[in-house]
Amino acid sequence: MSTRIPRRRFLAGAAAGAGALALGGCDRLVQNADVERILRLAERLTMGAQRALLSGGALAREYSEAELSPVFRSNGTSRPAGEAYAALAETGFADWRLSIDGLVQRPLSLSLADLKQLPSRTQITRHDCVEGWSAIGKWTGVPLGLLLQTAGLAANARYAVFHCADEYERSADGSGRYYESIDLVDAFHPQTILAYALNGQDLPVANGAPLRLRVERQLGYKQAKYLMRIEVVESFAHISRGRGGFWEDRGYEWYAGI
Amino acid sequence: MNTLVADARKPGRLLIRRHSVAVRVTHWINVICLAVLLLSGLQIFNAHPSLHWGQSGFEPDRAVLDITAVAVGDTLRGVTRVGGLAVPTTGVLGASAGSDGALEERAFPSWLTIPSYRDLASGRRWHFFFAWGLVLNGAAYLLHGLVSGHLRRGLLPSADQLTPRHLLREVADHARLHFPRGDEARRYNALQKLAYLSVILILLPGMVATGLTMSPGVDAAWPWLLDLFGGRQSARTLHFVTASLLILFVAVHVAMVVASGAWNNLRSMITGRYAIHSEDSSS
Repeated sequence: MSTRIPRRRFLAGAAAGAGALALGGCDRLVQNADVERILRLAERLTMGAQRALLSGGALAREYSEAELSPVFRSNGTSRPAGEAYAALAETGFADWRLSIDGLVQRPLSLSLADLKQLPSRTQITRHDCVEGWSAIGKWTGVPLGLLLQTAGLAANARYAVFHCADEYERSADGSGRYYESIDLVDAFHPQTILAYALNGQDLPVANGAPLRLRVERQLGYKQAKYLMRIEVVESFAHISRGRGGFWEDRGYEWYAGI
Repeated sequence: MNTLVADARKPGRLLIRRHSVAVRVTHWINVICLAVLLLSGLQIFNAHPSLHWGQSGFEPDRAVLDITAVAVGDTLRGVTRVGGLAVPTTGVLGASAGSDGALEERAFPSWLTIPSYRDLASGRRWHFFFAWGLVLNGAAYLLHGLVSGHLRRGLLPSADQLTPRHLLREVADHARLHFPRGDEARRYNALQKLAYLSVILILLPGMVATGLTMSPGVDAAWPWLLDLFGGRQSARTLHFVTASLLILFVAVHVAMVVASGAWNNLRSMITGRYAIHSEDSSS
């Protein structure tokens, strides 16, 4: 059979190629920009599929008190550096203000006391870190949708960007400052709250005091801590490195539903 | 499966069409997907090298499995803990050579992860892309298998293969590396069929389902997955166990392919043609 030799040669070639790929070639593929662009298509597929599955506004599972983690692990920044934050923490965040601005009709500036007077939601949910571990905590806070409704969104508003007090990576240009963003589907989900309490106590500094985001159907890095400002935007391309969050700027998916 | 082509050069040797194009193409796509999923999966595992049971968990001391490094003087020792058992695994698990050759803390060694260095974001990107590949390829395979009847005719053991006597004989034959020849080689043997069906209907779907249970988005849509596997951390542990079973299957599968005629088997999965020897059936 005349076709057999080329087939064998093809196989040998394929085997040699696979061998080269295994020995370090993989790293070169990982760093190739075109390969990365193709692999990133899967994120769109994932987001599309999950958004279709969640189109009914399904809630993340809520757990019982008995299932609470004994200690809610602190990850990322456990205390923001700098005098400004230290001064706020010293007075129990009495001088802290959350500003909500950008594409809104009525910019807001709210104190912690203001937030605590608003209708609240308490939920016992599971926090899933991108690394793989999980912890269950009881969060109390104000539904983000309520605040956005009060502020009144402009017609071209598409994302809520959360600016945080912590600089997770030292940088001269501010690109190391933590920030996150979600779209309006998640912003108006009933379980998306700005939490000021964990397990019935004021939110500890290690877990993001005085206020952190809970967006329960996504991974831990979306749950921005140490909130200072919520900016409503049409696009986040101009913010920091343009991918919509601190970890997103460092290669992680913007849609963190898996 | 029954198209016969007599081999002009070798009398008594028949080439049968064993694998359809659909089976061959999906088989090799599956090989690529599983290989990348394993290596990128180990990269992801390295970000939190402990396995837990239940809904939540992160404490290494309460883990069912923990791969860690312990500093002893100025060197590192790799330790793998399973339940109460601690096994020294320096060089492979827990602590292994980094890019500069010195021991560094990492659960699985650099030659088993994509990329070789620590990069969770890239590991995830590769994992999820090829996970979609696995799912779409698997769906195409199952659809074809159902419509063409391949699953029923090719993989479901026939009644005569399921008698205890037949099964015992197959086990004995396998143990001595005696494989069916002649007419009996036209179909898969019962052990082969049961192994393939377990992989196709249990292990691979289980891999996908336990993987999806780790997704907070999917858990909101399908909370029953959490009940099925006993929680997100249990699902993560089962994802690891199922992957281990798949590795075991591949090891046995490749060993059997080699033992029962490496080139004939490999060719049948590439060109579709599989040689049987007709004189065997009359002997």
